[in-house]
Amino acid sequence: MLYTISIKYFLILSTLMFFSGVAGFIIRKNLITILMSVELMLNAVNINFLVFNRYLYPDQLQGHFFSLFIVAIAAAEASVAIALIINIYRRFNTIMVNKVDEMKY
Amino acid sequence: MNFHETFFILLAAIIMIFSVLVVTTDKILRAATYLLFVLLATAGLYYWLQYEFMAAVQVALYAGGIVVLIVFSVLLTHQIHHKLVSITLTRKLLAFGIAGLGALVSIVTIVNYDFNTAPAEAMKVDVRQIGLHLVNTGHNGFALPFEVVSILLLAALIGAITIAKKEESNSDNI
Repeated sequence: MLYTISIKYFLILSTLMFFSGVAGFIIRKNLITILMSVELMLNAVNINFLVFNRYLYPDQLQGHFFSLFIVAIAAAEASVAIALIINIYRRFNTIMVNKVDEMKY
Repeated sequence: MNFHETFFILLAAIIMIFSVLVVTTDKILRAATYLLFVLLATAGLYYWLQYEFMAAVQVALYAGGIVVLIVFSVLLTHQIHHKLVSITLTRKLLAFGIAGLGALVSIVTIVNYDFNTAPAEAMKVDVRQIGLHLVNTGHNGFALPFEVVSILLLAALIGAITIAKKEESNSDNI
């Protein structure tokens, strides 16, 4: 029942998700949409961890725990990134990456 | 085709369509909504794999936490119907070319690789097991990464508050 779908379909699915995140990272100019692309990539990696855990080593839990930690790290990263974005918006009144190009105080 | 396969195909279709839409739509709030759909379908996938706890964490943290955070930041920094600046065609072609090339290489590798799926006895993944693993310092224990993530979360909490706080001294800048 569980192994009726081959592992390869899962991996192809997460590959497509990861590379649409990569494409979004390149074409977007808005900091928030870049953050969304990063979330897509993290999510694709998470799927891979869990699928490898379930299909290749179902007697262990390494993949499960590492995807749990990745979710925690993604939440921390998103909160800090959004704090930074709001601060940048306050200071420069824009969040386009090509307009926020000076590191001067 | 039984129920399980149909369910998987449905989830896979949702994930593929909406993850492409997240990066191609030109309204930012719609991109956030599509991201929500992708994350919920991923939670369904975890449920399909019988990792029920991960599915719950995915819904609560990703779909409930991060997407709400993103929507809030969109509303704080944009007009609601703000459209994104249009991207030049060469940049789009470049991005999708690079991503397509990478995806092609990965998919060819995946299809040709012979995965050794000899399923061992599946481990029961209930919340009690997960809790025992998380505080275990011995074999198969994850106490150290658990502590590291705790410190990281504390640091992120303090960092986010410090960064987002309004400064008194240069309030004329704002």
